[in-house]
Amino acid sequence: MEAPTKIEIRNLYKIFGPDPRRALEALRNEGLGKPELLEKHNHVLGLEDINVDVKAGKITVIMGLSGSGKSTLIRHVNRLIDPTAGEIIFDGSDILKCSTEELRRIRREQMSMVFQKFALLPHKTIAENAALALDVRGIPRAEHIPAAEKWLDRVGLQGYGDSYPHQLSGGMQQRVGIARALTSNADIMLMDEAYSALDPLIRTDMQDLLLELQQELQKTILFITHDLDEALKLADHLVILKDGRVIQQDEPQTILLEPSDPYIVDFISDINRARVLRVRTVMEKTDATDGVNIAGEIDQEENLESVIAMAQGDTRKTYLVKDGSEEVGILRMEALIKSLVPTEASEDGIRSQ
Amino acid sequence: MSTYESVFSILGLEAWCESGTKESSGPVSMADLLAQNAGTDVPPPSIWELPFPSMDTLHEACGAFPQSRALTKGIENGFLSIKDGLSFVLDPLTQPLSWFLEAALWLFETTPWWLMIPVLLVVVLLVSRSVKLVVFVAASLLMFAFIDYYSFAAQTLAVIFVCAALCVVLGVPIGIAMSRSDRLQAGVIPILDMLQTLPAFVYLIPLIFLFSVTEPKLYGIAIILYAIVPVVRLTDLGIRLVDRDVIEAADAFGMTDHQKLWKVQVPLALPNIMAGVNQTIMMSLSMVVIASLVSAPGLGVLVLRGIRNLELGVGLVSGLGIVVLAVILDRTTKLALARISAGQDR
Repeated sequence: MEAPTKIEIRNLYKIFGPDPRRALEALRNEGLGKPELLEKHNHVLGLEDINVDVKAGKITVIMGLSGSGKSTLIRHVNRLIDPTAGEIIFDGSDILKCSTEELRRIRREQMSMVFQKFALLPHKTIAENAALALDVRGIPRAEHIPAAEKWLDRVGLQGYGDSYPHQLSGGMQQRVGIARALTSNADIMLMDEAYSALDPLIRTDMQDLLLELQQELQKTILFITHDLDEALKLADHLVILKDGRVIQQDEPQTILLEPSDPYIVDFISDINRARVLRVRTVMEKTDATDGVNIAGEIDQEENLESVIAMAQGDTRKTYLVKDGSEEVGILRMEALIKSLVPTEASEDGIRSQ
Repeated sequence: MSTYESVFSILGLEAWCESGTKESSGPVSMADLLAQNAGTDVPPPSIWELPFPSMDTLHEACGAFPQSRALTKGIENGFLSIKDGLSFVLDPLTQPLSWFLEAALWLFETTPWWLMIPVLLVVVLLVSRSVKLVVFVAASLLMFAFIDYYSFAAQTLAVIFVCAALCVVLGVPIGIAMSRSDRLQAGVIPILDMLQTLPAFVYLIPLIFLFSVTEPKLYGIAIILYAIVPVVRLTDLGIRLVDRDVIEAADAFGMTDHQKLWKVQVPLALPNIMAGVNQTIMMSLSMVVIASLVSAPGLGVLVLRGIRNLELGVGLVSGLGIVVLAVILDRTTKLALARISAGQDR
């Protein structure tokens, strides 16, 4: 079942410079790339012809290295940055045509944001920070502080409500950032490199927290990261950005199995594929289970790592794959092992340079 | 007769120069007088003695050319001609300042010492939250009282309180406005630079023309003009220095400009604004001494007496008294500032 589209980004362009409109003309007519545009017109190409559908209740991850335009892209969704051309359709209407009032209402009630550098107010307590969105809407303190405390408890910050941000570690501050976004009760959460400033263990923790919350809340999340592991772990839909252009977008497993670009091949060659790939992508779709020696039953959404653990490394076993109670196919361990061999890193990719 | 005469004759301006010569009865240079007495012309000067073609030199060559004193005279006349209009507008506008100053002076003078000193100590305690400082302030105030300088010190404090408070009331909004408009900032900064560098005495001259010397607002304005600069500058700077990430978060959560200003920008700029207030108070103190020249009451009067009558002792004691007041005001505001900054440590 396909989830409805919450935000549609259509033909979005962003060019930085004194006269972006003229530069856009030149870009369209002459078909220039990012370096030529900079050289000939002295304009920086931020985003070029971006088309992305953000599905309701799913995590859409935009991944790219620094300078790929991912932070610029996420700021277009709540119009912290205005585009040079294009449309952003949110619940059927174009955000770019909103009046200041409408835009402010959308930002207050329908979108929340988590920032890389936390961006907490240093002079307010943790609870006041978490309650920011409600306070901005004019909800009285007697109501907004309890609401904030509830979400602070949920992200594991019981009893910190009266502390100040500088008394907390980075990981805890980002929990406050997440609680702040959740307290706003907005459907959409924009997360701009939310975990990039955290150290690896805490980052894993926070990723698990996000997945756990997501199972419960089903928010529409747009997540920006430069870390492929993080992207693959969180994404329902993965968008890979390079030099302001989308080079591939799909389900993470599809990108892993069928990379469309040498750049992506380089990227994914170091990935622990067993953790990302799921049973349904490597199984054989068949009803013919007669005569096959079935070692056990597994769910199609399980990842390969857990199957290998279950088989205890035995490559001769075959499992029956189920979607709920329905049998959908079989998984041979041989096929599983083959799927783990990475696509070779491309010859002319960035790593061979 | 003069080096530049030929220039005027080349330009064909001799007739114009002639017309001026008769009217000019200005002072004659010593060299000319000597030459007239000797009955001969001054020998033509060598190239080494070529004077710069300044207004006075050119006037020598051509009588119609104005002398440099005409410039300063002109400015003076210009100012005097707009003076009536200016004071017609400024007088009522600045009248509240006189009332504030008179009220504050009356309050500080009529409140008995046994009430005033404890009240001041409580204020210091509330602002600084430091018992040590309160002890120091108590000792200083009692010392002032003991050596009969208390009423002078109280007058000085009254003037500073009024002027510094008005500086904050006027300066913070100006600073906020500057932080929001680059054009306004570009326009105001040169004015602030000028106010800060103009010698303090120069403020007093036009003010004496505009207001009567007996009015308190005369020195009030001089103090405010001089002391408002740091609070304006640091408010502007403080708001501009607020972390962009935090501003972006405020935008992302849909704050209005008004909410952003009062919930984010001003609170985060507060350490800088308080540093400005501290500087403003210190500059008020230094100006209140100079303003005693135009009848500002307080310790400055004693300093002035010390200079006029060469009363070394009076001058020294009142000078040291000012130092003590400065220390009190500075420490109190600095401790308040430190408390605010500590709350925002990151």
